[in-house]
Amino acid sequence: MDLVTIWAAIVALVMILYVVLDGIALGVGILFPTAKDEKEKDLLMGTIAPVWDANQTWLVFGGGAIFACFPVVYGVLSSALYIPLMTFLAGLIFRGVAFEFRANARSKEKWNRAFFGGSLLAVFSQGLTLGGILTGISVKGGHFAGGPLDWLNPFSVMVGVALVPGYCLLASCYLLLKTTGEVRERAIRQARLSAWAVMGFMAIVTVWTPIHYPIVLKHWFAPPRIYFVWTFPAFGLLSFLELLGSLRKEREVAPLLWATGIFLSGYLGLVTSLYPYAIPTSVTIWEAAAQRETLVFLLYGTCLVLPVVLGYLVYSYSLFRGKVTSDGYGH
Amino acid sequence: MDPVLLSRWQFALTTLFHITFPTLTMGLAVYLVVVEILWLWRKEEIYFRMYRFWAKIFAIHFAVGVVSGIVLEFQFGTNFSRFSQSVANVFAPLMAYEAMTAFFLEAGFLGIMLFGWNRVSRKVHLASTCLVALGATFSAFWIMAANSWMQTPAGFHFQDGKFLVVDFWQAIFNPSFPSRLAHMLLASYQTSSFAVAGISAFFLLRGENVPFFRRSLSLALVMAAIFSPLQVFLGDHNGLIVARHQPAKLAAMEAHWDTNLSGGAGFVLFALPDEREERNRNPIVIPNGLSLVITRSLEGKVTGLKEFPRKDRPPVPMVFFSFRVMVAIGFFLLGLSWWCGMLLWRRRLWGSKRTLWLLVLAQPLGFLATYLGWITTEVGRQPWVVYGIVRTWEGVSPIAAGQVVWSLALLAVVCCAIGGSYMWYVLRTLKAGPDLKSPIPPLQRQAGMIPFVAGQSGEETLYRAV
Repeated sequence: MDLVTIWAAIVALVMILYVVLDGIALGVGILFPTAKDEKEKDLLMGTIAPVWDANQTWLVFGGGAIFACFPVVYGVLSSALYIPLMTFLAGLIFRGVAFEFRANARSKEKWNRAFFGGSLLAVFSQGLTLGGILTGISVKGGHFAGGPLDWLNPFSVMVGVALVPGYCLLASCYLLLKTTGEVRERAIRQARLSAWAVMGFMAIVTVWTPIHYPIVLKHWFAPPRIYFVWTFPAFGLLSFLELLGSLRKEREVAPLLWATGIFLSGYLGLVTSLYPYAIPTSVTIWEAAAQRETLVFLLYGTCLVLPVVLGYLVYSYSLFRGKVTSDGYGH
Repeated sequence: MDPVLLSRWQFALTTLFHITFPTLTMGLAVYLVVVEILWLWRKEEIYFRMYRFWAKIFAIHFAVGVVSGIVLEFQFGTNFSRFSQSVANVFAPLMAYEAMTAFFLEAGFLGIMLFGWNRVSRKVHLASTCLVALGATFSAFWIMAANSWMQTPAGFHFQDGKFLVVDFWQAIFNPSFPSRLAHMLLASYQTSSFAVAGISAFFLLRGENVPFFRRSLSLALVMAAIFSPLQVFLGDHNGLIVARHQPAKLAAMEAHWDTNLSGGAGFVLFALPDEREERNRNPIVIPNGLSLVITRSLEGKVTGLKEFPRKDRPPVPMVFFSFRVMVAIGFFLLGLSWWCGMLLWRRRLWGSKRTLWLLVLAQPLGFLATYLGWITTEVGRQPWVVYGIVRTWEGVSPIAAGQVVWSLALLAVVCCAIGGSYMWYVLRTLKAGPDLKSPIPPLQRQAGMIPFVAGQSGEETLYRAV
């Protein structure tokens, strides 16, 4: 493996970490209005309050790593997807401050809305961004050469809509792990419902993407991909069935793991279909990569620092493990 | 409309909005470390109360700082993509390192700091506070390294419009970096000391929680009195570095038009710089002052603005006035901190209402000086984005002006909404005052798993439950 491929793998790993971890938090934001009263809302927010900032930091690190290692991707995508990126950031702002402001507010209604609205806006914009990338971006001489609304089309809107049940699935599986009683019952129902929606959307994306990119189809049915590309949908289907089973048996941790499995299958399927393109279908990861010295400099740091980071994040998470209750000790 | 100017306005707006929050949190984190050490050492309850109260203020600022900071990271790409792609090899790894070494550290331990009182021992809690403060310092380290590289680029090779790294050590420790980092950190310590002092003075004047705010104020004043003189010394040192590496910027800061060929250059205390006629209207000048400050001799030569073609000069009045006011605030804060320190020493501070009012009024000055300092340094860098090599207009994204008008409006609304609410909640938290009743966390970490209690910003509910 060469340096560029290693970095592509690291960036891919960081992005999926962000998607799953912040997906949970954003999903909780979208499910927020389904909480009955302020007490339940406190509970929902309490499940992510100590960890949302760390979850979101994966985005900042991913952004920094793409900026440093694949500057062409960073420059071109952020000019091309200007509008959905800005609405994404605006959504993140309202979502983020809602944690702190809501807790300090006397009338919480305004920040309930900001939390829900911010999360929803961020998720939908994320979907538009992803859809926009998949739609294709016009690049000339290493710079963006398209119009301001190139990303807007039925496909990208569909991806935006699809992410909503996707993150609801992650969030409800997390909530059923962190809560008890009525809230947990509801989370289980929500998980089942969103799981079906997610599978439906994944089927649509699987059929629709090759229509956008004939090259994806060519990728799928040519060696070496033809030998393993089928494992992703198979794994996705398996995760889905196992998820439904674990929900029926009211398991604690298993649903979250299988829901993550569904995300992984979709993500890996996408990544393998597009590889080696960094911007489909015009710029490869090697064309987009930064100079060798930069990749080496950052790789040293990553190998030294990231294990430590993962270590203390696991420590910090483990301090806050267990059920969250609204009235003190649950036992 | 010009997308270059619009993008610059947008960047300026979001950066100035953002810097408010780290300026306070970097310094307040240090204050909290000191308070917690005092608590563990002296075992006086009041320090625990102080920690809890100021940590609440810290948390609000931290949250707004985090979310507004994300916008900045993406704005390099959205609005200055040509700049980003040109400097990425040298500049971008510093951003990635910031996230890796600073943000994760802060995010990982902030949860423990705010919600972890009953989950970890006191020592681990202190360690968490220290790590959050360390994370904030690392963050300043990388951001100041990146920004200083734009001011005094080093360690690179420029080829075909792209910067290639030759030496990362040189790029990070570029000529202006060490003193600019120290300048910013001190600005933050000073600003937060005066913020704590001003707030405490206000409550003392109203006679609320007197012992609590007296202790908070004393500690803040000690810190202010230490940091303020250091800042003046460092500011002077920074000036020398600007003179050596960015002479056009220095000339604009001082509204110094003509190089003094014979005799010393005067220090312009006040003037109305006229860019068209290349002279100062109504100047008040200290003879030989500028030569003395910059060259340490009465007649030393200081390069004037006229040595640079008009297209290479920064906008003079903005840089000149921002710099002037910042320096004035710096000296005022120095005087105020020593005056108050003396009164404190002689046990006369609590009786002097006028001094306490002065502290209340001085509360926003640190923030103002920080804004002005950033305006001086960033506007002073113009017309370059990488000093002397790439012009700002060459760095913007190939996007339509309409998009930037839209995003500028969006961000302006967001900043106003968030800024307004932030003010409101800070004032409310302050008004609610310190919580003097909640039980002190146990010496030993409790055995077994502790359920997390929801519905708290800080921690009150946790204690109600315990």
